[in-house]
Amino acid sequence: MTRHVVAPVAEIPPGARRVVEAAGKRIVVFNLEGDFFALLDRCPHQGGALSGGIQCGLTLSDEPGWYHFSRAGEFIRCPWHQWEFDIRTGKSWFDPRRIKVRPFPAGVAAGAELVEGPYQAETVPVRVEESYVVIEA
Amino acid sequence: MTTAAIDCDLHPGVPGIAALMPYMDEYWRHTLVERGIQVLESASYPPNAPSSVRGDWRGANGAAPSTVGQLQTQALDRWGASIGILNPLFPVQLPFSRDMSAAMARAVNDWVRAEWLDRDDRLRAAILLPNGIEEALAEIERLAPDRRFVQAMVLCMGEVPLGRREWWPVHAALEKAGLPLAIHAGSAWRHPPTSVGWPSWHVEEYVSNAYGFQASLASLLTEGVFGKFPGLKVVLVESGVTWLPAFLWRLTKSWKGVRFEVPWVDRPPAEIIRDHVRLTVRPFDAPEDADTIARLLDHMRSDEMLLWATDWPHAHFEGDATVPQGLPAGLLPKIMVDNPLATYARLREGGTT
Repeated sequence: MTRHVVAPVAEIPPGARRVVEAAGKRIVVFNLEGDFFALLDRCPHQGGALSGGIQCGLTLSDEPGWYHFSRAGEFIRCPWHQWEFDIRTGKSWFDPRRIKVRPFPAGVAAGAELVEGPYQAETVPVRVEESYVVIEA
Repeated sequence: MTTAAIDCDLHPGVPGIAALMPYMDEYWRHTLVERGIQVLESASYPPNAPSSVRGDWRGANGAAPSTVGQLQTQALDRWGASIGILNPLFPVQLPFSRDMSAAMARAVNDWVRAEWLDRDDRLRAAILLPNGIEEALAEIERLAPDRRFVQAMVLCMGEVPLGRREWWPVHAALEKAGLPLAIHAGSAWRHPPTSVGWPSWHVEEYVSNAYGFQASLASLLTEGVFGKFPGLKVVLVESGVTWLPAFLWRLTKSWKGVRFEVPWVDRPPAEIIRDHVRLTVRPFDAPEDADTIARLLDHMRSDEMLLWATDWPHAHFEGDATVPQGLPAGLLPKIMVDNPLATYARLREGGTT
């Protein structure tokens, strides 16, 4: 896999997401409280673009009438059929072993480090004094 | 049909209010006479409809069989069965008075006990539940100590969807007593049997029972009854059976997208229903060729859900053709014996009172 510089960190603030092209794929990059995650922008069900869905939390229950809400914003629902996927892992909630979106490693690198390569940064001009979101795809 | 077979759906016909009088208290004995209430018939089973009673089992004036002797001659002794479960259909669900409904249910249950259960050791019965939930609970508590009552029965179209929390005391009592909840075709006629309004014709109403069963199952599932009462079994009686796979498909498929609305449904609905729900095999809505039935059974993805039943005296077959055409012979021992024993805790105990 190749590492791709996809955006300056400041352009994807916490809670935001962006669709990028890398290695010929549409990939959606999420910022969860400063941590970056990248998923193939394609639902494994029928190919809906996950980037068009809403980000939601996780609702669990021990018994009817009790709602335990957690991890606000850490799941993405496909806009077509509302299947929930864990942004951190790409796994679906209802069948995590078999139904999952392909995840890609994502992180932040300093511009000073990036100008030396070996990164694919042809679409994002890199400046030494900034930080950048980097994914492997 | 093996003599070990357990027939899970037999209908003792109450010949009229007069037969119940010995089992009513003084008030109801008098007031029913004073008010001129001599019969109570539900449009769910019109007396003269050919399906309501098989022609050769009718008595004088087309009457439905109403004695244990008729059951023995027409079904139990003729075909052989180790156990038969009586599901009384006398429509105690019709009166809007909860007190009258309860009085009638008590009388029917005591009539079944005295005139059927006490006269044939092979017989077991459902506790016929009245309309009111509190009265239903009282009836379960009254009769559960008699181990010949092996389930409690309601109709698939009652007053309130069966999963709602109002019903939970009943579900809890049934689970505790080891009694499945039997849901029988039929309506209390509190609502139109279709969600688009009143049907005009008997056939229209007859097929609408499938919607009632589906609504009842969807209610039990989405309200979380099977998680709250993991020991509760549900038996669909006279459901027609073969609508189930398509219904489960849609329920499970849709659940994947909206399951956060019912987070207590924490695994696929089809799996939950396969674990908790059983269905009697008469009527069995399918063509009679074995290939089609094999595909239908494959779609159910379980060989544990079907329970043997002749549905006597309703008319589903001629002569002694008790086995629905096309059912695989290899499955019959499971349907006739293993599955009923697995479903009814009280049948595994063996004994009588």
